[in-house]
Amino acid sequence: MSDAAKAEIVLRLEHITKRFGPVTANEDVSFAVASGEVVALLGENGAGKTTLMNILFGLYSADEGEVELFGHPLPPGNPRAALDAGVGMVHQHFTLAENLSVLDNIVLGTRPIWSLSLGLRAARARVMTLMTDYGLHVDPDAQVATLSVGQRQRVEILKALYRDARILILDEPTAVLTPQEAEDLFATLRIAVARGLSVIFISHKLHEVAAISDRVVVLRHGRVVAQAGTADTSRADMARLMIGGDIAAPALRPSAPGRALVDLVGVSTPGIGAIPGLRDVTLSLPAGQVTGLAGVSGNGQGALADLLAGLIRPTSGTLAIDGTTPTDWSPRTAIAAGIARIPEDRHGTGTVGDFDLAENAMLERYAAPPMSKHGWLNRKAALGFADRIIAAYDVRCPGPTTPIRLLSGGNMQKLILGRVMEVAPSVILANQPVRGLDIGALTYVHEQLLAARDRGAAVLLISEDLDEVIALSDVIHVMSEGRLSPGFDRGTKTAVELGEWMTGAGFADAA
Amino acid sequence: MNDLIEILLSASFWAAAIRIASPLIFAAMGELICERAGVLNLGIEGIMVAGAFAGWMAVYAGAGLWMGVGVAMAAGMLFGLLHATLTVPFGLSQHVVGLGVTLLATSATYYAYRLALPEVTSPPKIDAFEPYAIPILGDLPIVGTALFQQTPLTYGAYLTVIIVSVVLFRTPLGLAIRAAGENPSAVAAQGLSVTGIRMGAVITGSGLMAVGGAFLTMSAFDSFFFEMVNGRGWICIALVVFGAWKPGKTLLGAILFAAFDALQIRLQQTPIGADIPYQVFLMAPYILSILALVLMSRRAAVPAALMVPFNKGER
Amino acid sequence: MRLEPIPAPSLARRLGLPLAALTATALLAMGLAALAGAAPAEVAWLVLRGAVGSKFALLETLNRATPLIFTGLAVAVAFRAKLWNIGAEAQLYLGAVVVVVLGTGMLPWPAATLLPVLAVVAMLAGAATLLVPTFLKTRFGVDEVVTTLLLNFVALLFVSYLLEGPLKDPMGMGWPKSPRLIPEARLPRLAEGLRLHWGFALACIAAVVVWVIQTRTIWGYEMRTVGLNARAARFAGMPVNMVLVRTAVLSGGLAALAGFSEVAGAKGSLTLDLSPGFGYTGIIVAMLALLNPLGVVIAAIFVAGIFVGSDSMSRAAGVPTYIADILLAGSLLAMVLAIGLTRRRVVWR
Repeated sequence: MSDAAKAEIVLRLEHITKRFGPVTANEDVSFAVASGEVVALLGENGAGKTTLMNILFGLYSADEGEVELFGHPLPPGNPRAALDAGVGMVHQHFTLAENLSVLDNIVLGTRPIWSLSLGLRAARARVMTLMTDYGLHVDPDAQVATLSVGQRQRVEILKALYRDARILILDEPTAVLTPQEAEDLFATLRIAVARGLSVIFISHKLHEVAAISDRVVVLRHGRVVAQAGTADTSRADMARLMIGGDIAAPALRPSAPGRALVDLVGVSTPGIGAIPGLRDVTLSLPAGQVTGLAGVSGNGQGALADLLAGLIRPTSGTLAIDGTTPTDWSPRTAIAAGIARIPEDRHGTGTVGDFDLAENAMLERYAAPPMSKHGWLNRKAALGFADRIIAAYDVRCPGPTTPIRLLSGGNMQKLILGRVMEVAPSVILANQPVRGLDIGALTYVHEQLLAARDRGAAVLLISEDLDEVIALSDVIHVMSEGRLSPGFDRGTKTAVELGEWMTGAGFADAA
Repeated sequence: MNDLIEILLSASFWAAAIRIASPLIFAAMGELICERAGVLNLGIEGIMVAGAFAGWMAVYAGAGLWMGVGVAMAAGMLFGLLHATLTVPFGLSQHVVGLGVTLLATSATYYAYRLALPEVTSPPKIDAFEPYAIPILGDLPIVGTALFQQTPLTYGAYLTVIIVSVVLFRTPLGLAIRAAGENPSAVAAQGLSVTGIRMGAVITGSGLMAVGGAFLTMSAFDSFFFEMVNGRGWICIALVVFGAWKPGKTLLGAILFAAFDALQIRLQQTPIGADIPYQVFLMAPYILSILALVLMSRRAAVPAALMVPFNKGER
Repeated sequence: MRLEPIPAPSLARRLGLPLAALTATALLAMGLAALAGAAPAEVAWLVLRGAVGSKFALLETLNRATPLIFTGLAVAVAFRAKLWNIGAEAQLYLGAVVVVVLGTGMLPWPAATLLPVLAVVAMLAGAATLLVPTFLKTRFGVDEVVTTLLLNFVALLFVSYLLEGPLKDPMGMGWPKSPRLIPEARLPRLAEGLRLHWGFALACIAAVVVWVIQTRTIWGYEMRTVGLNARAARFAGMPVNMVLVRTAVLSGGLAALAGFSEVAGAKGSLTLDLSPGFGYTGIIVAMLALLNPLGVVIAAIFVAGIFVGSDSMSRAAGVPTYIADILLAGSLLAMVLAIGLTRRRVVWR
């Protein structure tokens, strides 16, 4: 496809540098994209990929360097200019208004704001044509809130195509898709490049990069460390370039599962809006085993996590902890039952940003000695507890009286990890424990989970990253629309087979 | 019981209800625009006070009636600008800023009143808007008397509802306003300015609130009194919730509410009413508003980004 | 323009911005005084002298500060837990009502038992008043800002009914006013011949107690956690609704103590103008104090000084007293902006 002779350069980044305070997010980044080409931007979390794309899209302005689109310099810091020049961006977090219809979302901002009509009839016809041309089917009158994540992504792509985008930027587009949905996305992208569009595909997943891209640009610590044709580069080389060394795969020791510490039998929970609850889920978590839970986000994993965290109760079915069914089920009883809870959203649910480390460390055990006595807080005990966590879990911080919002995501996660691990829990609920962490913190968290398993804890690992689930789990379950698949032992199912379960195939009530 | 039916069937009763509803319609539409764009405007009570005074004072000083409405609107927009500046680009607490704007607008109005009329014990009356029967429509039985023999400012209230509905649901501007209240990053991603849209909505909405206040002095009481707004702003906030953030339903709520208010005024004059302390009747509108909030709480389609500040630097 | 967070703002920034905010509003008020034809510097001097220029003035300021400390504490406690109690006015009046009901002869006890009982029952009445909107919030998700605001009007009408009906003073010559409290129900003066009653001391003690609760007890820790991040509080196992109820009881009770102190200390009877907006002014007091209970005492004295000073200035210089309200509302807004900008800087781009 990238026939250099006829390909025209549509985008050129020249010596882009961007700093946030003392942090340099991008340093002297230069590369170019030709028409009809898929360029993969490969890099770890924190390598500066998203910042770079936000500069290109005009959301940030670069401190140094220049962006050139179709031969013209792009005025910095103005998304309108990028849009008008034909750049369409599909953000990692979708920018859709959920209570508006698909069509409303697509036409938003496309007509002059003081125009007297929305022109919906013409818009609808055009959207329908685009849907057929690119294989992006979704009901234009549906409220976005009722759509699945995959459908929402299609709306985002339609939005870009509707604006005559010539360059599509997709930021981690497959993170929320099943392998099959990812294939559909790739098919759409192939149609797009065949029609002369260019695609910038941001990812840290090597096999996808290999499957879709013509060229790969590798970013590390904000700099371009390599550019090469995809066909000329092996995956192992890409990985080495991306990480700056070899990936240390977690050592796989065989597991020795013991008795079931958590037992769910036929459990159902209510759904919230378009997100389903649990539907007749039976699951047991044995001691000394990592149980992995794979699935596309919004398929009931949240409900399972909330249930084990004590936030919700089953509407039917039974929940037993170490053989006994608790009479009262709340976060407090869950903590008392020895469940270590690592929440999905460490900023929103795991910590209180304005509290210092000590106050955050004591969050789950403030109501009992030694943290408090007869209702009076014991500040010394809290400081001591925080100091122990800081030392034992390598939390990099000035001290226990620092507000936790000043910490990096990795250090914040280490504090949460320490807070729940310090009391030798019997069950560990790890919901997306490494999302957004750099490679060092990620490896650390994984090692801690495996060490806990070897001590005899039952670990439930919930992740949208199928590779992570496969790498760590002794037994894997898949969730789809609130249903739970049977458990598959390590190595018995390939990623593609698990992906089929993620789409709902294989379940007893599947069509 | 017969008294009640007689009251409910009389055209003059409904005419009174529409009159009572008119200021609420203006102000509630103003609040609705703000909230649709994602900003709760608790400055409404004080902005209505400022509008009531500004319109009345302008006419007292010799301006024409419509000029007075314009002056009231400008006063409201000025306080709207203050509210919008603090809550939108600076992203400050909409609760605290709104209350602050109410306190500031109220005290600034009272101060201006004292400065303008230092020696006056009872405020002067102005020649306010007169009822104007619309030809043909005004001759209809009951409906004509109730709806179309009102003052021009009431017709302005009808028109406001229509314009707000059409703009919100039929134009790109309205779509952008609604999207700003649902998910501001969707608006920003299309290269539109969330700050501009939200500020514009708050300023325009505040202008309408002030016209609602001006209705009191220019079309109802013909004079300015302290505490004449008397919680009407807060009631409008309840009306917007009751109307599920839709102009038509909010209008309906305002008329229902006003009918109840008109009813309690009349019931006070009946034999049953004489046995009940008048304070009970006066409490009714406030309690009714609270009940409406409770009733609608479960199915309210509240804008998802209401009271959520947007800063394009943060994600 | 854009706001960029400042992770660790300097001390100069944390103190300088609020001071700048107060200075700016003071200058604005002086400009407004000039509009009224007075010399701004003289007006400022007159306000200062009227507030603290003599023993009489100072005591008047402290007297006026007393209910403001209570309502300021009520608001500070509630806002800290993000319970938006704008109904301190209603709670104050309901507290005053029970003091009048029980303190006009119904309980013929000596002061040593009667006064504590009146205070506690008043607090319960205030707490109950705030529990209604709190319940509507936790049970139905109804925004308490609007309900507490609306209940202020209901409460005032209720008091109006009582003062024209069951609680009307037979000797009041038709004026809507309650009978006077019995002497045992009156708060004594702090010292013989000093025009300052025990309410002021009680208010200061209340501020210390609230401070201790907030910083030293698990209830205070829970309130702060719920206010900063309710989801994290729930996840950590805190009974969020119960915390809000406790906050409401404390906040409503404190506001009601303002009513108790005004009736039992300052006025001796209940009228419809018992509170010239103490409940609303409490919001300003609390915000100026950055929600710190000890700061509330200072902020309340400052605010009271502005009111008292403006009253006396108004008589001398002919500037309407509403200039005090403008100054305070303006300082509220300026202060909120200053707090907002303490941790974020404006970037123009």
